[in-house]
Amino acid sequence: MKYIDEFREKSIVKNLASQISKFSGLQINLMEVCGTHTMAIFRSGIKQLLPQNINLISGPGCPVCVTSQSDIDSMLELASIKNLIIATFGDMLKVPGTKSSLEKIRSSGSDIRAVYSPLDALEIAKENKNKEVVFLAVGFETTAPIIASVVDDARRLKIKNFSVYCCHKLIPPAMAALLATREIKIHGFLCPGHVSSIIGTKAYQFIAKEFKIPCVISGFEPTDILETILMLLKQIAKNAASVEIQYKRAVRPEGNIPAQEMLKRVFLPCDADWRGLGIIPKSGLQLNPAYDKFDARLKFQIKPSKTTEPKNCLCGQVLRGVKTPVQCKLFAKACNPENPYGPCMVSSEGTCSAWYKYNR
Amino acid sequence: MSQGHNEKILLAHGSGGKLTHCLLKELIFPAFSNPILEKAEDAAILDLKGKTAFTTDSFVVQPIFFPGGDIGKLAVCGTVNDLAMMGAKPLYLTAACIVEEGLEISVLERIIRSMAKAAQEAGVKIVGGDLKVVEKNACDKIFINTTGLGSIPKKVNISGGNARPGDIVIINGFIGEHAAAIMSARQDYKLKTSIKSDCASLNHLIAELLTKSNNIHVMRDPTRGGVATTLNEIAQQSNVEIQLEENQLPISDPVRGFCEILGIDPLYMANEGKVLIFVPEKDSRKVLSAMRKHPLGKKAQIIGKVFRSAAPRVLLRTSIGSTRIMDMLTGEQLPRIC
Repeated sequence: MKYIDEFREKSIVKNLASQISKFSGLQINLMEVCGTHTMAIFRSGIKQLLPQNINLISGPGCPVCVTSQSDIDSMLELASIKNLIIATFGDMLKVPGTKSSLEKIRSSGSDIRAVYSPLDALEIAKENKNKEVVFLAVGFETTAPIIASVVDDARRLKIKNFSVYCCHKLIPPAMAALLATREIKIHGFLCPGHVSSIIGTKAYQFIAKEFKIPCVISGFEPTDILETILMLLKQIAKNAASVEIQYKRAVRPEGNIPAQEMLKRVFLPCDADWRGLGIIPKSGLQLNPAYDKFDARLKFQIKPSKTTEPKNCLCGQVLRGVKTPVQCKLFAKACNPENPYGPCMVSSEGTCSAWYKYNR
Repeated sequence: MSQGHNEKILLAHGSGGKLTHCLLKELIFPAFSNPILEKAEDAAILDLKGKTAFTTDSFVVQPIFFPGGDIGKLAVCGTVNDLAMMGAKPLYLTAACIVEEGLEISVLERIIRSMAKAAQEAGVKIVGGDLKVVEKNACDKIFINTTGLGSIPKKVNISGGNARPGDIVIINGFIGEHAAAIMSARQDYKLKTSIKSDCASLNHLIAELLTKSNNIHVMRDPTRGGVATTLNEIAQQSNVEIQLEENQLPISDPVRGFCEILGIDPLYMANEGKVLIFVPEKDSRKVLSAMRKHPLGKKAQIIGKVFRSAAPRVLLRTSIGSTRIMDMLTGEQLPRIC
């Protein structure tokens, strides 16, 4: 198929792999911070094409996985309110909270609907005027502008029964927080293609400048990822650290300006609680006061609950790249997609899910 | 059909009284027309000899009409295929419908006629059935159960446990079309596609293949869970490793595009007119060319091979030359979120 097959072309893959193999020697850790990259790497089996010294590590790139246990519990609390419809991306359904999951409480009668776009959630609100509709806004910079435009639409159209439970997070502050922990040595970042199509290169400059870590914004096909790895290796070899774009067919240095403006209009940066990383300053998005009416936390007076992450579950450490799923005692034993302990096992972009599916 | 002044199914249509008889007499008997059914006894009397395959399946597809088929056609083809997969010649079906009060009679009529047409094409007789009507919202429009009987010719021994190292895996055409057609018809994702369900009875194709090779080890239709899940079942039953070649998988461009956009894997998508066949290498070319000559096998393809293994599993050799595990489907397939 055109525009797909070119990027999976075996001869180009081979050529890139052979150029990469010339960088043998030093142990090099490269981290991807996008769940779609994690899945693409596993699905196409890219690790098998790399020399042993090049180690790909999955970071906190799956939005469902980094959502804190406390937020999951609050979502479940919302879902138990009578006459309230929860609209959510399908990935959230199976994520275990402390006591239950959306999927489980749906089977006992809560009205929980999986949607593909937040626009659908607004449609549900229009069609169910006698009920409250809450959209669970989980995601990074990629989905945030759509949420912003939906909330803006809701205000313009004076839709009163719609609100969002916002857990939106920002990737660059998490990358910095991860580097600051010094738990693992990261030599380069494969930066997320879709997030970067919104935020551009500027948002990563401080990682290159202050932490001296090369960043390359990558596409999602096998040749994209291999070319990104090669670009990172070239920077590392030259002791350089800059932000480059491999995914030129989708990402411009300045990003998507109208989307950025939409974000500024509707959201304010806020401190956010990340699973595995804790509270990171200015790493989340909250609705600005002009949109208070659409904030489900305020509307339904949801207070953050004190929760602990499931015992023995290493999701947090997996998200920091400190542990791999196979180092978790629960992995593929007590914890599996049918009976997950943590979100990394059930989100379609979770690291444990990728290992379970493709690498056992 | 003259249903008095009724245009919709009423609870009374399922009461066993006058309206039920009217439905039977005016619609169902003429559509399924055969002497066994028309005797209108409490049970059909059949004369069966030899080994018999016996199966049942319920159909609850939504929407009930979709590109390439409808719930009635699906209910017939699904059960016919389950019989055919065992190498049986499908002979008789029963059909039981649970209908929601308020369904337009014209809709029921379309479904019944579609079942009759599918049965006729497959060469099976619908010899018994039932119709119940439930209150509004107690079911979604119509649910259908079909049960089928088929006779197994002597010497035919087909089972999911018969795959042997060295066997070649063949499929009769494009994968993922049924699921993609249903998902587009549902309009959950607001994607317009031209994809049609592959819903079809495979018994004639299979009968043809059985004349070409006496060595077919396994036949199975990759319905729910798709090719990946079905191959995993076979790997486990036969205790073998199955290796698939990603490059050889027949996937149409519209289905590929659909899957790329939604982030789903066609290997896990349901098919309703596909069969996976395991046959020793020496017979594989014969079977493949016979398939390609049949209207339901034009795009047939060799997609993999069976290997000896300590642990049963399915591996995919990717288009870029690496290998990965292909596990069973877990849960529903959901769209990605970013």
